[in-house]
Amino acid sequence: MAELLYQRDVYGKTLIELGKTNKDVIVLDADLSSSTRTGLFAKEFPERFFNFGVAEQNMMATSAGFASCGKLVFVSTFAIFATGRAWDQVRNTVSYNNFNVKIVATHAGISVGPDGSSHQALEDIALMRVIPNMNIIVPCDGPQTRDAIFAAANNPGPFYVRLGRAKAETIENKGEFKLGRAQELTEGNDVAIFACGILVQEALVAAGELLNKGIKARVINMHTIKPLDRDAVIKAAGQTKGIVVCEEHSVIGGLASSIDEVVAENCPVKTLRVGVRNRYGQSGEPGQLLKEYNLTSFDIVKAAEKILSK
Amino acid sequence: MQPDNLKIKELEQKAKQIRRNIVAMIAKAGSGHPGGSLSATDAVTALFFSELRYKPDAPLWPGRDRFHMSKGHCAPLWYSVLAEAGFFPKEKLMTLRQLGSMLQGHPDRRTPGVEVASGSLGQGLSVGLGMSLAAKIDKMDYRVYILMGDGEIQEGNIWEAAMACSHYKCDNLCAILDYNGFQIDGKTCAVMNLEPLKDKWLAFGWHAILIDGHNMKEILSAYAEAKTVKDKPTIIIAKTTKGKGVSFMENVCDFHGRAPTKEEAEKALEELK
Ligand SMILES: Cc1ncc(C[n+]2csc(CCOP(=O)(O)OP(=O)(O)O)c2C)c(N)n1
Repeated sequence: MAELLYQRDVYGKTLIELGKTNKDVIVLDADLSSSTRTGLFAKEFPERFFNFGVAEQNMMATSAGFASCGKLVFVSTFAIFATGRAWDQVRNTVSYNNFNVKIVATHAGISVGPDGSSHQALEDIALMRVIPNMNIIVPCDGPQTRDAIFAAANNPGPFYVRLGRAKAETIENKGEFKLGRAQELTEGNDVAIFACGILVQEALVAAGELLNKGIKARVINMHTIKPLDRDAVIKAAGQTKGIVVCEEHSVIGGLASSIDEVVAENCPVKTLRVGVRNRYGQSGEPGQLLKEYNLTSFDIVKAAEKILSK
Repeated sequence: MQPDNLKIKELEQKAKQIRRNIVAMIAKAGSGHPGGSLSATDAVTALFFSELRYKPDAPLWPGRDRFHMSKGHCAPLWYSVLAEAGFFPKEKLMTLRQLGSMLQGHPDRRTPGVEVASGSLGQGLSVGLGMSLAAKIDKMDYRVYILMGDGEIQEGNIWEAAMACSHYKCDNLCAILDYNGFQIDGKTCAVMNLEPLKDKWLAFGWHAILIDGHNMKEILSAYAEAKTVKDKPTIIIAKTTKGKGVSFMENVCDFHGRAPTKEEAEKALEELK
């Protein structure tokens, strides 16, 4: 049985690691520190943790003030509020100044589950991706969350790190994590499957099923959405018969759009999107919702077969 | 080097010069916001030439007092003050709003002395809060001054920040409210009433000082008083006249965001002699 970890547990622990070696690390939250796990940092370094109450816009603009004084600021709340409620603050006061503000948002995607639509951010990648200067990482599991947090801390400028609510299965043998460098998880030249977040695991399951049918799929973990590893896309487009993109996000504006933009400009090839198709989420258990919104390995297999059947 | 502190008469002269700059640069640019720049001129002039610690040749000197203009459309005032204080040559003022200029239509970090961009109203008090808390963590004694507009404080973000500034006992922070009574669509009392304004800030846990925002003596004593307040932030509510100093701009809503014509500018500069 593979290891199952909450990405946010890893986040909280990684913050403590960072806080021990860098006294400029400051952590902000808006009344969700138990859910986002910034509470772990708060316990260890109470003088460097600030709770702003249910006031995300203030928290976000305040992060800019901290950053202007040389602080390395981590800002956390749920993805829907970090990117939606405080978007103007992110655009005009964080990212425009190119500040060292790391927005680490949890509870992204449909797998939030029973809380339903109001809490399921399906547009957050799109909202952050259009903002100049912004970097975006969507780690696929617990260990990669630590890599993502360190990458955000060690590289200048604003970051958006997207974490889930549910436990994620740890994926072995991913190789080294490098910001902006895709990870090829399986070899194959029939079809390429790009994925991020928990759909990387689904993509691997799909690749296994495809292999049983004699189809070799190249599964690529696209953990960095921005800056995008364009070379990995162009290479895959050239070496396979088409691309499937999987994400727990709207098919509009997220990873699929990022890849389609590169493909359309550089290497036209058929691409199919496994994502949420212009719908709001709803209540349910994560597994049920992934099925309801066609985000499972089954849907990925179908998309891959469709590419190869033309 | 920071210019020497000015006496009241000299401050009044400096403010007049800054008003002249504002009119001239907006006229040259052909667009911009004279009304709110002119109303806040006295408070900001007094701040830069009698109150703040800074080094124009080392804008990021760590010990500097922080000033942030939350109502970013009044950039011409900020730029004029920075130029007069020696942050960059005054000739640059005439490049306002031109392609490639370091003086953008709304403030950003390409201007020496501007640390955080503004223009989207309602966020600057939060920026000040971050600066204030950073000072406390670093045990630095710099102070933080934030200029806001009265229309601006209709933004919810301001009140989120107001609550947080008093929660965190930001006594190193002083907000200045340019209470000129106007916003774009008319008088604030007609568009969205702010009163009872002082009571609101008191209720949010602030120390509030109501002054005549064109009286240098009152402005200076308000800044002095703010420094003595412990465990709470201070707001100076400065009653002002929009367009102050140019007769035909005073309390004329149109001059919120319209440049004077060439003739109007000449007339205005004549009045500001
Ligand atoms: C968030 C936001 N909404 C709207 C505007 C457009 N706007 C620019 S100035 C202004 C009125 C501001 O009034 P006030 O704060 O009283 O400014 P002053 O009278 O001092 O110039 C508005 C609505 C803006 N810049 N930002």
